[in-house]
Amino acid sequence: MNAYLYSAYAATWIIHIFYLGVLARRYARLRKEIEELKRK
Amino acid sequence: MKRAFPVLAIVTAVLLSWGLYQALVVAPTEQTMGDVQRIFYYHVPSAWTAFVLFFVNLIASIIYLASRNAKADALAVAAAEVGVVFCTVVLVTGPIWARPVWGIWWTWDLRLTLTLVLWLIYVSYLMLRRFSTSGQTPLIAAVLAVFGALDVPLVYFSIWFFRTQHPQPVIGGGGSIDPRMLHALLINWLAFSCFATLVCWSRYRLEILRREIDETQALEALLEGGVSGGRR
Repeated sequence: MNAYLYSAYAATWIIHIFYLGVLARRYARLRKEIEELKRK
Repeated sequence: MKRAFPVLAIVTAVLLSWGLYQALVVAPTEQTMGDVQRIFYYHVPSAWTAFVLFFVNLIASIIYLASRNAKADALAVAAAEVGVVFCTVVLVTGPIWARPVWGIWWTWDLRLTLTLVLWLIYVSYLMLRRFSTSGQTPLIAAVLAVFGALDVPLVYFSIWFFRTQHPQPVIGGGGSIDPRMLHALLINWLAFSCFATLVCWSRYRLEILRREIDETQALEALLEGGVSGGRR
């Protein structure tokens, strides 16, 4: 199989996984803020 | 809704695996381009999914303009952000496919340029949402979304009405496609659509939660200000 083909498929999943990571980080930050609000 | 999420996640994982198998194993090798043509099964479904997400953004923005519905505004943000991710995939996989086939990574062809403009429009939409502090931001963003969406049909139909470097459409454009190739293409589109729905759903929930927390914090600050003001 072709190196270009693998590069394209890998790039697709790297982009999606990176974005999922960004979303997970935002959720974690939000959860922290909710905990802080509950403590007040 | 909460129960549907894991079910959709499992269905998406199965569809993505099946789509990958169809694209790499079942679909026949294209005679002229060889295996590199299999990029088609990720490139085209990603483009179609981005178009659908920008359409969702358009509809949500129109609803917001008509009714000032905050949930519609949250959906517009979510759809635009996930749409930009899919459009990024299109802009990355396109040149990787173009290099071995055309001999160049990029050309300022109408289809390619309009796709880049589309990406820039929605990136600027997200920048506006992220950095503007004006209370009018959702309204301005909704208007930008309505005008930005005009680029979607231009991108789609550019290869129908103009002679471009980009290949002519294989579906609905008079071209023919092997049924196994069409099957792999549609399975991958279905898989990417389910995946986009999941991610968009998560992003929408995040936006709603973010707004609720902001409102709570603002209310708290107001109450604290009121209490300390009363003490003075």
